[in-house]
Amino acid sequence: MAGTLAEKVWQDHVVRKGADGVPDLLYIDLHLVHEVTSPQAFEGLRLTGRTVRRPDLTLATEDHNTPTLDIDLPIADLTSRTQIDTLRNNAKEFGVRLHSLGDADQGIVHQVGPQLGLTMPGLTVVCGDSHTSTHGAFGALAFGIGTSEVEHVLATQTLPLAPFKTMAITVDGDLPPGATSKDIILAIIAKIGTGGGQGYVLEYRGEAIRRLSMEARMTICNMSIEAGARAGMIAPDQTTFDYLEGRPHAPEGADWDTAVEYWKTLRSDDDATFDAEVVLQASDLEPFITWGTNPGQGLPLSANVPVPEEIGDDNERTTAERAIEYMGLVPGTPLRDIHVDTVFIGSCTNGRIEDLRSVAKVVKGRKKADDVRVLVVPASARVRLQAEAEGLDRIFLDFGAEWRNAGCSMCLGMNPDQLKPGERAASTSNRNFEGRQGKGGRTHLVSPLVAAATAIRGTLSSLADLDLGEETDLTSFDGTPLAPLDPRLQVQV
Amino acid sequence: MEKFTTHTGVGVPLRRNNVDTDQIIPAVYLKRVTRTGFEDALFAAWRGDPSFVLNQEAYSSGSVLVAGADFGTGSSREHAVWALKDYGFKAVLAPRFADIFRGNSGKQGLLAAQVAQEDIELIWKILESEPGTEVTVDLEARTVICGDVVAQFQIDDYTRWRLMEGLDDIGLTLEHESEISDFEAQRQPWRPKTLPAKHLPAVEIEAARPVG
Repeated sequence: MAGTLAEKVWQDHVVRKGADGVPDLLYIDLHLVHEVTSPQAFEGLRLTGRTVRRPDLTLATEDHNTPTLDIDLPIADLTSRTQIDTLRNNAKEFGVRLHSLGDADQGIVHQVGPQLGLTMPGLTVVCGDSHTSTHGAFGALAFGIGTSEVEHVLATQTLPLAPFKTMAITVDGDLPPGATSKDIILAIIAKIGTGGGQGYVLEYRGEAIRRLSMEARMTICNMSIEAGARAGMIAPDQTTFDYLEGRPHAPEGADWDTAVEYWKTLRSDDDATFDAEVVLQASDLEPFITWGTNPGQGLPLSANVPVPEEIGDDNERTTAERAIEYMGLVPGTPLRDIHVDTVFIGSCTNGRIEDLRSVAKVVKGRKKADDVRVLVVPASARVRLQAEAEGLDRIFLDFGAEWRNAGCSMCLGMNPDQLKPGERAASTSNRNFEGRQGKGGRTHLVSPLVAAATAIRGTLSSLADLDLGEETDLTSFDGTPLAPLDPRLQVQV
Repeated sequence: MEKFTTHTGVGVPLRRNNVDTDQIIPAVYLKRVTRTGFEDALFAAWRGDPSFVLNQEAYSSGSVLVAGADFGTGSSREHAVWALKDYGFKAVLAPRFADIFRGNSGKQGLLAAQVAQEDIELIWKILESEPGTEVTVDLEARTVICGDVVAQFQIDDYTRWRLMEGLDDIGLTLEHESEISDFEAQRQPWRPKTLPAKHLPAVEIEAARPVG
């Protein structure tokens, strides 16, 4: 029977088929763990005398709560320190591999999995973090879980899961210069809404998706949850295999050949049926930003702040009024006139090496706007090393930006990297909820290129607002061109 | 987990859509390593506003939250469910819930009942015009009763059964332990293992310092 990509991966993991409303029991290939959603799960194991069934399918890293400055000193905030210490003790007690602050493999869990070659096509991947959908870029079925489920996976390496529906999101055509995969996903969320994907696994397909690099694909899958979908997937192809080959945990020799042969079957059959379909033209896209307090409240940068009186639906109008008030905006203002205080470049959405390269390319030899604070936070310590090997750190520092250690940082403001009340940010992260980046903080979600242009001008801007000079090749901003890896980062087993 | 069959308590109208889990509990409260004691963190950013619904005497002892569509979107933090439970909520009614939040609620014995938007609007009107009105949620009959409004709610059969029996998921799964072992025995060798650890060479990471 014809099946979709998601259905095929699901079928390959059914330990026990449910019936009469009882969900299927699915096997989990890879369980990623971090300090914030795991302490109560380990405590649950301890209380019931259970163990971690498969420490060899589990990986922990410190990311949400860790500082991005002075990482060699004891963590100043005592509650934060306790939480980190708790993870360290739990990892030791239960035999789980942990990459701690200061370790070269520490970083945001959704960067660490792919860069180690642990994330691969056809896996089921879970983590107590909703942005686990990121790993779907490899053709894995990957989704966020709550702490009770973390405990369940630790104890059993399985999860009982209710069936989902499938939605195909086809992005045809070519992205125009200056638009990126972030603009694609922000446009998708604006189109289907923050609840549009509820109950679905999204599959992104079409020419524009095929042409994207792995990192650009991760940006798209990462934000599937912002459309309400637990998972987003992209069928694996040569781009996927090239990214994986030679990474530390990628299969080797005959295993590699077997794996690639299987991975090539992981695509939706031509006659597979989806429960819903959405089509977008990439050529219609332009840099997209959010103006409100949920990721679905987005518009092209050339638009104006919405005027609530013009919104017909009562609920939507009230929601817009509330958002505009919280964001301190005046209806009808051109989005380009909005001044920001902070530019945050980082997160599991856009803190990867290609993101940093594209920002560096724009800001090289320039100075940031005087009254703007610019924070650059690599997604992982390896990304930081790679950026330094390429000299990107010097470009950022000369620009006037701060070059930080790796972690989730200002994306969720659990560590000291927070917005102050009323402070406004252009952020390459994934959520613009009220207070997300600090109590009273105001967030506009943007692509790395918009972040870079905004840091230069001080107001929300795109590359089109900059005098880039003739030597800048705009077409190379789509994330595809990759510089060779630094030899220092060659694989060593 | 405590068994849930029926509950009657003061209804709290939260007339907002898209209440994400960052609103239910901001990230700064997630540093705790305990599973209880989150009541002070519930809706922390809104609790400072005297006009916020939970700050009004008539609603402060509420145990049935009546919210707008897309309740619990965003972060997977189960702390959102713990905070609602610790405050005293037994049930949340909304026209639509985020998937992860609904799942987390089911694991923790908090009833997430999906009620049609029209019925939510009727219940809001009653709760707002007569603050302190009680709402009865009957899981067996899948009905909500508030004043003269009697509405059906939706919940999947499996979650309903587990809530009514007060069953622990892990215990249920471990009854099939041998099937898990059988599955593991068939697992292909190319599938990754995190141990023994393989990685790139260890390189010292320089600590960033504050500027200015």
